[in-house]
Amino acid sequence: MTMESSVVAGSEPTVEPRGFELIEREGLETNLLEVSMGPHHPSTHGVFRMDVKLDGETVTELRPVFGYLHRNHEKLAEDMGYLGSMPFTDRLDYFCSMTNNWAYALAGEKMIDLEVPERAEYVRVIMAELTRLVNHIMLVGFFVNDLGALGTPLLYALREREKILDLFEWASGARMMCNYMRFGGLRNDLPEGWLTKCREVVDAFPYFLDEYEKLLVENEIILVRTQNVGVLKPELAINAGITGPMLRASGVNYDLRKVDAYGVYDRFPFRVPMGEVGDCYDRFMVRILEMRESIKILRQAMDELPEGPIMGEAPRVFKPPAGEIYGRIEGPKGELGFYLVSDGTAKPYRYRVRPPSLVNLTVLEDLCLGHKVADAVVILGSVDIVLGEVDR
Amino acid sequence: MPVSDETPVDLAPVLESFPSLEVEKGTGALITQPALVLEVVQFLRDDPRYRLDYLSNVTGIDYLATVRKEKRVNEEGKTEIVKIDEPPRMDVVYHFYSMSEKRGLVTLKQRITDRDRPVATSLMPLFRSAEFQEREVYDLFGIDFQGHLDLRRLLMWEEFEDFPMRRDYVEPDDYEYEPTPHGEVLEKAKTHAGLGEGGSEE
Amino acid sequence: MDLLGSGIFKGMAVTLKNFAMTYFDRGRKERLPTVQYPEAGDTVTLFTRNFPFLIYDGEEEVDGMRCVACQICERECPPACIYIVKEKDENGKFVKRPKVFDIDVSVCMGCQICVEVCPFDAIVMDSEFEYSKEDRFGDLLFNRDELLKSNDYYHKIHPEEAQARDANLAAKKAADEAKKKAREEKAAAAAAAKAAAEKEASEKKDSPEASEPVAEEPKAEPAAPSENHAKAESEAKEKPAAEETPVEEPAAATDETEDAKEESSGGSEGKETSEEPEETAGSGEDDEKKAEEGEGVS
Repeated sequence: MTMESSVVAGSEPTVEPRGFELIEREGLETNLLEVSMGPHHPSTHGVFRMDVKLDGETVTELRPVFGYLHRNHEKLAEDMGYLGSMPFTDRLDYFCSMTNNWAYALAGEKMIDLEVPERAEYVRVIMAELTRLVNHIMLVGFFVNDLGALGTPLLYALREREKILDLFEWASGARMMCNYMRFGGLRNDLPEGWLTKCREVVDAFPYFLDEYEKLLVENEIILVRTQNVGVLKPELAINAGITGPMLRASGVNYDLRKVDAYGVYDRFPFRVPMGEVGDCYDRFMVRILEMRESIKILRQAMDELPEGPIMGEAPRVFKPPAGEIYGRIEGPKGELGFYLVSDGTAKPYRYRVRPPSLVNLTVLEDLCLGHKVADAVVILGSVDIVLGEVDR
Repeated sequence: MPVSDETPVDLAPVLESFPSLEVEKGTGALITQPALVLEVVQFLRDDPRYRLDYLSNVTGIDYLATVRKEKRVNEEGKTEIVKIDEPPRMDVVYHFYSMSEKRGLVTLKQRITDRDRPVATSLMPLFRSAEFQEREVYDLFGIDFQGHLDLRRLLMWEEFEDFPMRRDYVEPDDYEYEPTPHGEVLEKAKTHAGLGEGGSEE
Repeated sequence: MDLLGSGIFKGMAVTLKNFAMTYFDRGRKERLPTVQYPEAGDTVTLFTRNFPFLIYDGEEEVDGMRCVACQICERECPPACIYIVKEKDENGKFVKRPKVFDIDVSVCMGCQICVEVCPFDAIVMDSEFEYSKEDRFGDLLFNRDELLKSNDYYHKIHPEEAQARDANLAAKKAADEAKKKAREEKAAAAAAAKAAAEKEASEKKDSPEASEPVAEEPKAEPAAPSENHAKAESEAKEKPAAEETPVEEPAAATDETEDAKEESSGGSEGKETSEEPEETAGSGEDDEKKAEEGEGVS
């Protein structure tokens, strides 16, 4: 048996398939082994299952199975007013409620041509970049956890995340389910002293990032386990609609903060980190570098944060005219889009979330083929999924 | 703050090449028949004027039969309200961007007129990103994608029969109701044995 | 990379440093953000929200309730955890006060949408988070009396917000009062003219005229407490005052959502018609009603 049929045309595996063919020997019968990893497995980041066919330890087929958290968020939203869906967007990707809020608010604002006051835009940038820090630091922590460094690095990551969650709680009233943004602005202004505290946290962050890099980046075990594992070719990445850090790790320069320049992102000079090989190590490093860029944006946004109102002239009843809109932002995991179709009533006729995690999972099988089953765990970690968003 | 999208796309060349394409009023979306969609998308992807190499979003919309009212000016110059019967239909919506040229956005809709047995053409041969998203549309709307290599349910379980995102979907009365204070739920709960207590309604 | 394994040792040095730093005050602050929960640390911040509660003004829990049972929150609640039954008096007339106001806090997700849509600032978020109960269905279903908390309490947990809300209410009240005065004068003149003959005729009156007297009941509950002086006022004065609110309240509701407008205005119309027989009853019955309500509540 060969794997050629399953490998997508055009993408040659860069890693030599190891022990790939079934051993055929006189009098010895071998068989593929089917393993169902998950849905409750510490390495599957939630209720996610991988049906894997193994030849020895080598993955020859992998089928992701999910939907365990499916609650049909889209149907719920269609039975509800526009504002009512805002708290539910928190629960898509529960690490990144702020960016989810923003994406939804952005789509709504596009729908009725609503202007967002400057201060609100800046606060949104601050919150989004803090969210990016939270998401990436958690990814790095769990990623190393998947590699076998149980506990310590993850807890360091959780510790840093905790400080940012405290900031979220202070500003929005909740740590994870922030529900902070509204069509046309924000729910409330930043409390007094928040900015000072935020500056403290942001200033301390690079120090911990340095420490983190010292802890992990040169670690030989991590290098061996991640380099040249799960290589994603840029052509396949684009074709499969991969977005976010995963796409950039494959060397494609596509960051919606630059391309769309939504909000006030055009005012912040920052670089878009990109990988060369597109392996797990690149995906890991791209996130660390993105955190450094986020800190740059954060510093500038806090310095330039203007005074003023935080809420635009939003109508009290959100009732967009008939039409449709596709609004998207660069979420920490990739392009998070909201497609809203209105029939002129106060409820959306169609409400669709374009979940970056789900689309990024498309190539999971391609990445894992030919690798050992232990690598599949690492590759899944580097894809960065949150099941709340995959299943919706 | 207006959202600055990428360079808007001129639809003229594709309309020229495919005269049967329509542009939807109000949304500017291209509307195509399922039979034609592969050719159109291939054109959009490969033609140097488009190079829409990134299929971002795939979803479906279900329209039940409705009566639409439209104002029209009749021959005598008076405006009158005309009632138009809209037949039921389903749309599969695709959002295309160009990563290499930083262009966007082109919305393409496959219009399926037979809502009872909806069949669409899969874009999976051209775009891998359609794989999961079309499976999701199949799962939730029941649209059959011809040419999809692995058309299975994505989010619901294999044995599930209905299609929950359809507008006329009725949720089955087969799950456990918790006695919440809501009259509606409470009434349902009462029909299920052993439940229905709680709630301070008198 | 020089020596194989040096990267690992570098990493070990970091963990050792982290471990050692927790023995120093500064390091502990940076690296050990754990809060010893019951003993130390107040995690409540300015906007901390957990579950909603209902505010009452003054001393009387039920009489001081700001909620007028407009049901906007019930309609807007995303997880649909609020359940409201309007209070009726013995004649089947709606009183602007909830008879049942349940919140299933095991369903509530603390999203604060109810607070945002409430036109009367009657429902706000609590910062209380210690709610462990033995029974999920009974104990976690908060009824009206459990939800009622005083405005003073609100001032204690969210002082800034509470002040803003009070100011908002005061502004509203002032605006109402200005309008009321104008109408009071009119009403006084009208009342004198109407007198006894009016009473009999009133039963068959159409809604426009009926709308004036309708006001009585609803007003007495929600508005009187918020205007603290109202109680001191004589009933004669209270009556004209009451005329104001019913007109205002649906209007306030209209701002919120259009559905709300339709429904609340529809509702008030319903009330108006149902209240017609009430008119003749006069103020004496008002007291009885109040008393009954009080009993019913307790």
